Amino acid sequence: MAIEVRIPTILRPLTGGSKTVEGKGDTLDALLADLDARHSGLRGRLIDDSGGLRRFVNVYLNDEDVRFLGGLTAPVKDGDTVTVLPAVAGGYI
Amino acid sequence: MLKISRALLDRIVAHARADHPDEACGVIAGPAGSDTPSRFIAMINSARSPTFYEFDSMEQLAVWREMDDRDEEPVVIYHSHTATQAYPSRTDISYANEPGAHYLLVSTAEPDTEEIRSFKITDGEVTEEDVQVSDSAE
Repeated sequence: MAIEVRIPTILRPLTGGSKTVEGKGDTLDALLADLDARHSGLRGRLIDDSGGLRRFVNVYLNDEDVRFLGGLTAPVKDGDTVTVLPAVAGGYI
Repeated sequence: MLKISRALLDRIVAHARADHPDEACGVIAGPAGSDTPSRFIAMINSARSPTFYEFDSMEQLAVWREMDDRDEEPVVIYHSHTATQAYPSRTDISYANEPGAHYLLVSTAEPDTEEIRSFKITDGEVTEEDVQVSDSAE
């Protein structure tokens, strides 16, 4: 078993077009590092230069927003599903 | 070109007017690959602001999952500008991350009329497109 990660349309060029990929790790941070080894650049689309999750990318662990589960330190395990959705936002500027 | 029914456009405008002066936002889903908007989904603006909008992250998850279950995609992503023209701002462009969607803008800056314009936004490039309105019921 592994952790299923659902990839939004805009990031599928990094996964060869795949809508879902699999990875492993004990935390979200470890999982993203594991994915990046096979899908180079994916981690950088979710994590910024200061090492935190990007503000306008939503990452969910099963049915919850990881912001409420400890962010990158959120524990993950086999059978979990992680979903990534770019935030939909904008403004007048 | 965006082809959309009068009924759906009316619902978008009604939503924008109802939320004015806060920006309104939402999605029109349609069958995957059809480029046809058919299902109106008003979204919460979690910023509740006259100058910014952001989909509520949990509502977005629910709506995106539902579209996936129904084999739909977001054909139109709409939002309103309440004091400026219906043209994508720098932040609108920065956060346009649904490559296939038509980004529809409504300006409610004038009380008696709306400006409605549609755009494709890919790789930071904005291309305006015509809006063809049909009279079908929906």
